Amino acid sequence: MNIGYFPGCSLHATAREYAESLTAIAAALDIKLDEIKDWACCGATSAHSTNHMLSVALPARTLMLAEKQNLGRVLAPCAACYNRLASARQAIAKDKEIAGRIQAILGQSFENSVQVLSIAQLLSEMTGEIRDKCKRPLRNLKVACYYGCLLVRPPEICQFDDPESPSSLENIVKAAGATPVQWDMALECCGGGFSLSRTASVVRLSRSILQSARKAGAQAIVVACPMCHSNLDFRQGAINMRDNAPEPMPILFLSQLVGLGLGLDPARLGLSRHFVSPQPVLNFINAVKLQAEDREHA
Amino acid sequence: MSDLFEPNIVAFVCNWCTYTGADLAGTSRLTMAPNVRIIRLPCTGRIDTLFILKAFERGADGVIVSGCHPADCHYTAGNYHARRRFAVFRELMEFAGIDPQRVTFSWVSASEGGKWAEVVNNATEQVRRLGPFQKYPSPAAHAGEIACKS
Amino acid sequence: MSRIGVFICHCGENIGRTVDCARVAQSLGDLPGVVHSVDYKYMCSDPGQVLIKQAIQEKNLDGIVVGACSPHMHEKTFRKAAASAGLNPFLCEMANLREHCSWIHEDRELATEKAIALGRFIVEKIKYNRPLSTIYIPVERRALVIGGGIAGIQAALDIADGGRDVILVEKESSIGGHMSQLSETFPTLDCSQCILTPRMVEVAQHPRIKLLAYSEVESVDGYIGNFQVKIRRKARSVDETKCNGCGECQKNCPNKKIPSEFDQGLGTRTAIYVPFPQAVPNIPVIDRASCALFRGRAKGVKKVVCGKCAEVCGRNAVDFDQQDSFVTEKVGAIVVATGYQLYSIGKSQELDILRGYGEYGYGTIPDVIDGLQFERLASASGPTGGKILRPSDGKEPKKIVFLQCIGSRDPAKGIEYCSKICCMYVAKHTMLYHHKVHDGKAVVFYMDIRAGGKGYDEFVRRAIEESHALYLRGRVSRLSRDGDVIRVQGFDTLSGEPVVINADMVVLATAMRPQPGIAALAQKLSVSYDQHGFLNEAHPKLRPVETNTAGVFLAGACQSPRDIPDSVAMASATASKVLGLFSKELLEREPLIARVDRMTCTGCFHCERVCPYGAVERKTLTDSKGRIIKVIAEVNQGVCQGCGTCQATCPSKSVELDGFTDEQIYAAVNAI
Repeated sequence: MNIGYFPGCSLHATAREYAESLTAIAAALDIKLDEIKDWACCGATSAHSTNHMLSVALPARTLMLAEKQNLGRVLAPCAACYNRLASARQAIAKDKEIAGRIQAILGQSFENSVQVLSIAQLLSEMTGEIRDKCKRPLRNLKVACYYGCLLVRPPEICQFDDPESPSSLENIVKAAGATPVQWDMALECCGGGFSLSRTASVVRLSRSILQSARKAGAQAIVVACPMCHSNLDFRQGAINMRDNAPEPMPILFLSQLVGLGLGLDPARLGLSRHFVSPQPVLNFINAVKLQAEDREHA
Repeated sequence: MSDLFEPNIVAFVCNWCTYTGADLAGTSRLTMAPNVRIIRLPCTGRIDTLFILKAFERGADGVIVSGCHPADCHYTAGNYHARRRFAVFRELMEFAGIDPQRVTFSWVSASEGGKWAEVVNNATEQVRRLGPFQKYPSPAAHAGEIACKS
Repeated sequence: MSRIGVFICHCGENIGRTVDCARVAQSLGDLPGVVHSVDYKYMCSDPGQVLIKQAIQEKNLDGIVVGACSPHMHEKTFRKAAASAGLNPFLCEMANLREHCSWIHEDRELATEKAIALGRFIVEKIKYNRPLSTIYIPVERRALVIGGGIAGIQAALDIADGGRDVILVEKESSIGGHMSQLSETFPTLDCSQCILTPRMVEVAQHPRIKLLAYSEVESVDGYIGNFQVKIRRKARSVDETKCNGCGECQKNCPNKKIPSEFDQGLGTRTAIYVPFPQAVPNIPVIDRASCALFRGRAKGVKKVVCGKCAEVCGRNAVDFDQQDSFVTEKVGAIVVATGYQLYSIGKSQELDILRGYGEYGYGTIPDVIDGLQFERLASASGPTGGKILRPSDGKEPKKIVFLQCIGSRDPAKGIEYCSKICCMYVAKHTMLYHHKVHDGKAVVFYMDIRAGGKGYDEFVRRAIEESHALYLRGRVSRLSRDGDVIRVQGFDTLSGEPVVINADMVVLATAMRPQPGIAALAQKLSVSYDQHGFLNEAHPKLRPVETNTAGVFLAGACQSPRDIPDSVAMASATASKVLGLFSKELLEREPLIARVDRMTCTGCFHCERVCPYGAVERKTLTDSKGRIIKVIAEVNQGVCQGCGTCQATCPSKSVELDGFTDEQIYAAVNAI
């Protein structure tokens, strides 16, 4: 399967491991990622909080390029990019006036025909393949699936999964052989883009997420957004220090977890790039593997 | 009296909403153009599109069709059938040699006396602008025309 | 050649001021067929009417046109006058020269011209009027009431007390409806069952009420005064004639762990069961889905797995082979009182427009319950014996958060309307909680408090002032478990602060929705319903208990959310409508209805498809030897309301609507 690929800024920088793991599982699942040539920033929070037209025009340009490059569907792994692209697509489809102005800004014909997918949407389509190719090393690994704000919301934009009680990540995680835990903070805000400007709030919000996952017995949290990852991973040191240093909680990208489930080499999944070491997860996998081998020998 | 063209307009209206709305316009003494003559029917659902063609054939310059708002039909659904029928009819009007601007479709409820006056005045002005309706050429002449072409 | 009389009214100055009435009379008098044309100051006055009557008799008129006010004003008056002079009333028509002419124009010349035109239309039309006679329909003076909740019970009792027979159909095994589940009722806090059960018993013992419990309406045919209703009597697996309600079967049923519907899943019942001790009729039913014997049968197990109930039944009443049976009843009126269900806010919804509230964890967090579940907890006959205890661990909750408007007034989730009863029952819940758990704290999140009604606002004030309920104006965004407690994240809009409350229990006041299956029933009755499924009344203000289908009436929450007093009032109103209908043996109908020309009808049945009332029936024409000639449409006189949509639709022009035939309309159009 071929699919357009919009990495966005994060996957080329702070979330390189997300890109690496995505590339690895794409190869394993026979997905060819066609990176959109000459893509630009989605505009993120900066654009849509200052200039509405800019916040539509920036993603529209990228969508136009994808259309010209015959990419019918585009994967935007970053939840914020996904949201911006999908929002722009819908704004243009719904409002003729906006469509006209965007057309003028782009200066080229644009049909707005490209479909935008989040990683949750793409992998939800592929749970069958994941299950078939799963090597089951994650058996009994308890993970908390964390959606954050933008993966399934707002419902008008995403039109995917239940916006207040979603289950798509759980289904993917199950297909990859791990066990999702039931917990209550899957949709709470991590603090998002306030990471630098209001660190105290981010720490407070992320702490309650980490605590809830820990209480639910999770051994790792699975995320699908570079911003969530950075808040939960990068800020965890500060949070844990104040919380009297409980066990660190590894934060994995969805693609990394799926990669582990598919039995890919951890080195190819960028697991070494995290601030919180995912070693406990790898140890768990090894223990499961040893047990399995023991059983075979016996 | 000026030399202004005074069009002859026939209104086919339903008994329950528009006829009563026109009554209200009267009770409220809303002055309006005297060019519209109302023919009362139980429901817009009863209005055959042939009535409209017949009116033009008999010398009307314009026609108004009006009934209850969607969902307010006294007979639950008659106006929905009418709406579909007129949607198709509108497509065929030009084919029948009638400028669609000569026919006004509207929803006027029993409480919209003012709206009825507006509909009447607007339709009168519009038809006045278009001038008298030229009668259809006789079928024979029309047939001759076709024959010449072929 | 017609002999038409024209009578132009001046209406004092009302018409005469802008219309030259004498000229109108003269001009219309010149039309062919008009033999008499006069104008007069007040046609509707006694001397005016005498004028008309004399003219009819002296000049032997066969049609009269009165040019006066709107027919909505005086058509009846003049038709009556015509009838008293021996002229068929439907040969009298009016031209509207006042509302549609003199009152809205100023130019006398143009107004007079228009008046002549309007008069001419009617003169030409009336040449094609036919004498019509009032239609009389016999009325079967028995009523069917669908639904045995408080509204249905009240309607049935009122009709029966009025001296007419009633058939009461209830789909559950006992009547009583939701009211029988309630603990105490606002605003008086009297025990619900104490006031309801005597009425239930009255229904069972009333000589004029035939109670068909555990039954559903299968099909409805006919029309006002003459409905044939086929009723499915669902198989109880217990012979009603033999059972004496001793309860031995229930005691001995080994399967005791089935969640009780009556207790909203908080209690359990057996597979053969009576939903609650005061059930009417007090006859058990076997829930075949959970009975071991029937499950065994369904799996094809040859051996009889169980049969305890039949063994212990002293009267041999248990009948495992009972089948659904059907009865057909002939009734003249139908009252729909099917009531409501609570919006189950879980994730799966049967309607696309509805979206659940995943954020409230209903169904996953055990101590998040809905209003009816709280009623069962508070009820002395409930699963906890009236003690407020948490479903999860049986502990007494010390802090309960009540959330109002869950599902209601929320267009984003599919329900825009206000469920009306929740403000009141939440206030009641806080009081009941305070009475039972003295050191407990009730917190209410509300949007507005809507307590219109006698003693209602005072009641809410008591909840706040005497039961110390804390009312916070705002919404809750999420409920999450935090160990033993439920974390309630909300917002207090009056202080402008986010609020987090750790509660032991959360009660959701979920929206009221119509019963499942209401659409199917409405279609059987050809009653329209709104996008939410509530049945539509004929007029929201002036005909609130009638429907657009003559002879079908509404009572209670099937029409919109209602509390008990409103439902009872509506039921009594409906009963008086039904008794009014039954006060005569024959029903009078205006004869302005459609009829089909059997010679030209081709049997395409387009008319059948467009008729809003289902008045078109199929009739088979046969020759003298019984061979089928064709199947044609026929209009049921009792059902047709005379909209004429069939006539405009008929491709072969075989339908005529009396009073508005094609001939009549074309005659008027030709007079342009």
